Amino acid sequence: MLQGWVIVLAAFAYLGILFAIAWHADRRADAGRSLIGNPVVYALSLAVYCTAWTFYGSVGRAAATGIGFLPIYLGPTLMLALGWLVLLKVVRVAKANRITSIADFIASRYGKSQLLGGLVTVIAVVGVVPYIALQLKAVSNSFTILSHYPEIVMPDRAVAVPLWQDSALYVAAVMAAFTILFGTRHLDATERHEGMVAAIAFESVVKLVAFLAVGLFVTFGIHGGPVELFDRAREAPELARLMVADDTAGGYGRWAGLVFLSMFAALLLPRQFQIAVVENVDESHLKRAVWLFPLYMFLINLFVLPIALGGLLHFGAGGVDADTFVLTLPMAHGAEGLALLVFIGGLSAATGMIIVETIALSTMVCNDLLMPVLLRLPRLGLHERRDLSGLLLGIRRWAIALILLLGYAYFRVAGEAYALVAIGLISFAAVAQFAPALIGGLYWKGGTREGALAGLSAGFLVWAYTLLLPSFAKSGWLPEDFMSQGMFGIDLLRPQRLFGLAGLDEISHCLLWSLLANVGAYLGVSQWRTPNVREARQATRFVDGVIDRGADGWRGSARVKDLLPLAGRFVGPGRAREAFAQYARSRGAAGVEALPADAGLVHFAESLLAGAIGSASARVAVASVAKEEPIEIGEVLDILDEASQVRTANERLQELDRMKDDFISTVTHELRTPLTSIRAFSEMLNDDPKMPLAERTRFLGIIVAEAERLSRLINQILDLARLEAGRVEWIRGEVDLAGVVRESLDALGQIVKDKGAAVEMRLPGAGPVVLADRDRLVQVMLNLLSNAVKFVAPGEGRILVEVDAADGQARVAVADNGPGVRPEERELIFEKFRQGTGDGGTLTGKPQGTGLGLPISRRIVEAFGGRMWVENAPGRGARFLFTLPLKGGDNGGAIATGATGGSQ
Amino acid sequence: MSARILIVDDEPNIVVSLEYLMKKEGFEVAVAADGEAALAQVAAFAPDLVLLDVMMPKKSGFEVCQQLRADPARAGLRIVMLTAKGRDAEVAKGVALGADAYVTKPFSTRELVAKVKSLL
Repeated sequence: MLQGWVIVLAAFAYLGILFAIAWHADRRADAGRSLIGNPVVYALSLAVYCTAWTFYGSVGRAAATGIGFLPIYLGPTLMLALGWLVLLKVVRVAKANRITSIADFIASRYGKSQLLGGLVTVIAVVGVVPYIALQLKAVSNSFTILSHYPEIVMPDRAVAVPLWQDSALYVAAVMAAFTILFGTRHLDATERHEGMVAAIAFESVVKLVAFLAVGLFVTFGIHGGPVELFDRAREAPELARLMVADDTAGGYGRWAGLVFLSMFAALLLPRQFQIAVVENVDESHLKRAVWLFPLYMFLINLFVLPIALGGLLHFGAGGVDADTFVLTLPMAHGAEGLALLVFIGGLSAATGMIIVETIALSTMVCNDLLMPVLLRLPRLGLHERRDLSGLLLGIRRWAIALILLLGYAYFRVAGEAYALVAIGLISFAAVAQFAPALIGGLYWKGGTREGALAGLSAGFLVWAYTLLLPSFAKSGWLPEDFMSQGMFGIDLLRPQRLFGLAGLDEISHCLLWSLLANVGAYLGVSQWRTPNVREARQATRFVDGVIDRGADGWRGSARVKDLLPLAGRFVGPGRAREAFAQYARSRGAAGVEALPADAGLVHFAESLLAGAIGSASARVAVASVAKEEPIEIGEVLDILDEASQVRTANERLQELDRMKDDFISTVTHELRTPLTSIRAFSEMLNDDPKMPLAERTRFLGIIVAEAERLSRLINQILDLARLEAGRVEWIRGEVDLAGVVRESLDALGQIVKDKGAAVEMRLPGAGPVVLADRDRLVQVMLNLLSNAVKFVAPGEGRILVEVDAADGQARVAVADNGPGVRPEERELIFEKFRQGTGDGGTLTGKPQGTGLGLPISRRIVEAFGGRMWVENAPGRGARFLFTLPLKGGDNGGAIATGATGGSQ
Repeated sequence: MSARILIVDDEPNIVVSLEYLMKKEGFEVAVAADGEAALAQVAAFAPDLVLLDVMMPKKSGFEVCQQLRADPARAGLRIVMLTAKGRDAEVAKGVALGADAYVTKPFSTRELVAKVKSLL
C-alpha cells in the first residue's frame, strides 16, 4: 500500500497541517490573543535543534561509536542549564536593541557595522549550507527507502541519479515553496513569526512522538524489553563495546570538543538564535525552558541506543546504513503505519530546521548583505520608490530559494562522502566562529569592529581550510594530494594535520585551530586601538545593558514629513503611521505632524526601521533623509577632548579618594603614637606604686609632653581641615613683616638659646607692609624658625633671616646650616605628614613634629596671594622662602613703598 | 639565664616604656631605632624575641620580619609585631610573613607582658 503517491500525499497533508497551524497562530496573534505566549511552546520550539540529523543520524552514530552520540545533546543541555544567564543577557540586549538576527546582533554590537553584518551573513550561509544539504539528503533518502517497501534497498549515490530523477531536488523545491509561503507572507516590523513558532512547536511534538514510537516498537515489540535487548547485545562482542565510553585520552578529548561545540551551536546557529532570542516573547519563558528543553533532549535520546542495537542485531554490520535503522527496522517487521509515521517524523524534523534556518538566513541576507548595498546605489533610485516592502519580501523569497539551491548543490557535490553526523558538525564548527565576537562583545567593552572582523575572518578561513575544503576533496572535487600533501605540497599545511598536529579527529582539530586564530585575532586586533565613540556607546548598551533613550549619537534632525514616508516604504504606510502616532502620544505631542524635528525623532525612526531591515541598514536609510550636521574635525577633537577630560577628572577623583584614605590612616597612626606612650606610662605608674621618685617624675614628664603633642596634633589637623575647606576667618590688616619676624624670634628665644644656635637678621627697621592676618603670619614664621632650630646641630647652628621686597613682592627667607632638604623631597615636605629625612639624620632617626606645620604654612601664605618654597642655602642647609604681594597698588603689583631693600 | 629581648621602634618614648617593662620582668634588653639597626642588633645581641614596630624609617617592620624569617639559623626567634595600624589586612600580612603575634598600639602593658612571657 505504500506506493510513492501515498507517501507524497501523506507528506503534503502533513505540511498542510503545519501551514494551517501557522495560519491560525498568525490570526490569533493579529487579534491580540497570542498562542505562543506560553513557556512550553517556547521550550518545544527550541527543539528545532533536533533535526533530521538527530532523527536518523543519532542512531547511525550510536551504531558506530556507542554512546558517542550523546555529547551533541549534552552541549545544549549544558547551555541551558548552566549558560542560561548568558542566554538571558543575549535575549535582553536583543530585545532592547530590536535585533533581528545573529548578524544584526554582532554588527550592532560593534558600532552598527555593515561590513561585520555582511561577513557574519556570509559565514552563516556558507557554514549552514552543508547542514541544509543534510536535511535534503535525509528526506530524499527516507523517501526512496520507504517507496521500495517491502524491499529494503539503500538509495543510489546521488551523483549516479540524473538530475530530474533526483528526489532531493524536488524535496528542495517543495521546501523552498513551502518556506516562502510560510515565512514571507508579510513583512513584520519586529521580524517575529508567531505562526512559524507555533508550527515548530507542533513539529517538535510530532518528531518526538514518532521517534518514541519506534523506540517502544524496537524495545518492546521486537524484543522483550530493554533488559532482554541489552543482554542479547552483550553476547555479541562487537556490540558490547558500544555500551561503554571510549576509554582513551583521545576519546575524552573528542567528547569535550563535541560538548563544547554543540553548546555554542545551541545559541549560535542562525535558527537557534532566531527561535531562542528573536522569537522569544517573554524572558521568563527561558526559566521554564531551562529544564523543559533538557527533558526533551533526554526523551528523544532515550531510545537511540536500543534502536541502534536492535538494528545491528537484525541487519548485522554493513548492508543497511545505520542512519536508516529508524525507518528500516519497522519496515523489516512489516509495520507499515509506523514506517509512515517515522517518515513523517523525519520530514517534520527536516522541515522545521529548513523553515527556521532559511527564514533566519534570508533575513540576514536581505538586511545585512543586500539592503546596505542597494541603499548605497543611487542609480536604483530606492529613495524615490514609494513602497519598498514588496522589494524586501522579494529579496527574501529569492534568498530562500537560493539558499536551498546551494544546499542541494552541496548535497550533489559532497553529500555522499559523509555520514549525516559529520556534515552537521561541519556547520557547528562554522557557527562556533561567532562565539568570540558575540560572547566577548557581551562581557568585554574593549572589542572593536576591526577586532571582530579579524577574529571572524581568521576563524572562518581556518574552518574553510581544515573542514570545508577537505569535504570537497573527499568528494573528489579537489585533487587527492591536497589532503595527503598539503597546499603547495607543504607538509605543515596538510588541512587536517595543520602544523603537524596529529592525534585529533577532524572536528576537534578544526575547532582548536580556528578558535585559536579567531580569539587571538579578536583580542589582538582589538588591542590595537581603543573603541571609538560609536563602538563605545554600543559596548555600554551590550555589556552594561544600558539603553540611553536619548539621541543615540544623532546630531542631526529630520522632519516627520521625511521620516514617515521613509518608514512607510519599509514597514508599510499604515503600520508606520500607527507607530508614529503612538510615539507622538508618548512624547505628549498633539499629533504626528506636531512632533518636533529633533534627534529623538530620528532615533525613533531608526529603531522602527531596525526592526524591519536591521540596525546597520536602518542607519543608512535614515541617514539619507536626516540632516545630519556634518561633524567637523574640530568637533571630533572636542568630543575626544571631553572624553579625556572626563577621564582625567575621574582619575583625579579616585586619586583624591585614595589620598583621603591615606590621610585618615596617617592621622590615625599619628594619633595612636602619643596615645600609646600615654597609656603605657600611665599603666606602668598605676601598677607600680613603689616606683622611685626620679623615674616617676621622668615618666610623668613624658606623659605631659605626649599629651601636649597630642593636643597640638589635633589642633593642627583641625586647622588644616578648616584651611582646606576654606572655612577660616581671616582678620585682614596691614602687617609689618619685619615686626612679625622680630616678634617670632623673641618667642623662640629660649629654644634658640638652648640649642646654642646663632641667628643673624637682615631686615629693614619696619616694613615691607602686606595685607594679611598678622597672627597667621606669626604662625608661619614660628613654624619656619622652629624647623630651622630643630634641624641644626646643637652648638653649631647658624640661622639667617632675611626680609626684603622687589617687583611688588615682599620676600622672607629663613636659611639654616642643618642637613638640608634633598631635591626630590622639596615638594614632598609640603604635603601632609611628610617629613624630610635629612641627609645626616638626627639622633632619634625621626624628626620631631607633626608633619603638618609646613603644609599649614604654605596654605596660609597662598591664602594671601603669596608663594612658599624651599631651596638650598648657600653652602649647606635649607633655605625656606615665601613671598607676599606688597600692600599698595590696586592689583598688588605696585612699586614697593618706602621700605624696599633690606639693610645689610 | 634570662631571655633576651630586642626592642625596635623609632618613637623614643615608646622605647623607654617598653625597655622599662621588659627589664622589670627580668629580661635582658637591647634597643634599635630603625629596621637596619634592628637587623644589626639581631646579629650582635642574638635576642630570643623581637618587639618589632611596623612603621619605621629605612626599613619597615614587615621587611625586617621577612628577612629574619628567611634565615633558617634564626628559626627559633620569636617576633611580636607592634603597629598603630590595626587593620585586618595588616594583621594578616604580619602573620603571613611569619610573625608570632601582633599587638596593636596603644597596647595594654599587662597584656603585652603576658604575651611576651607566653611566647618564651
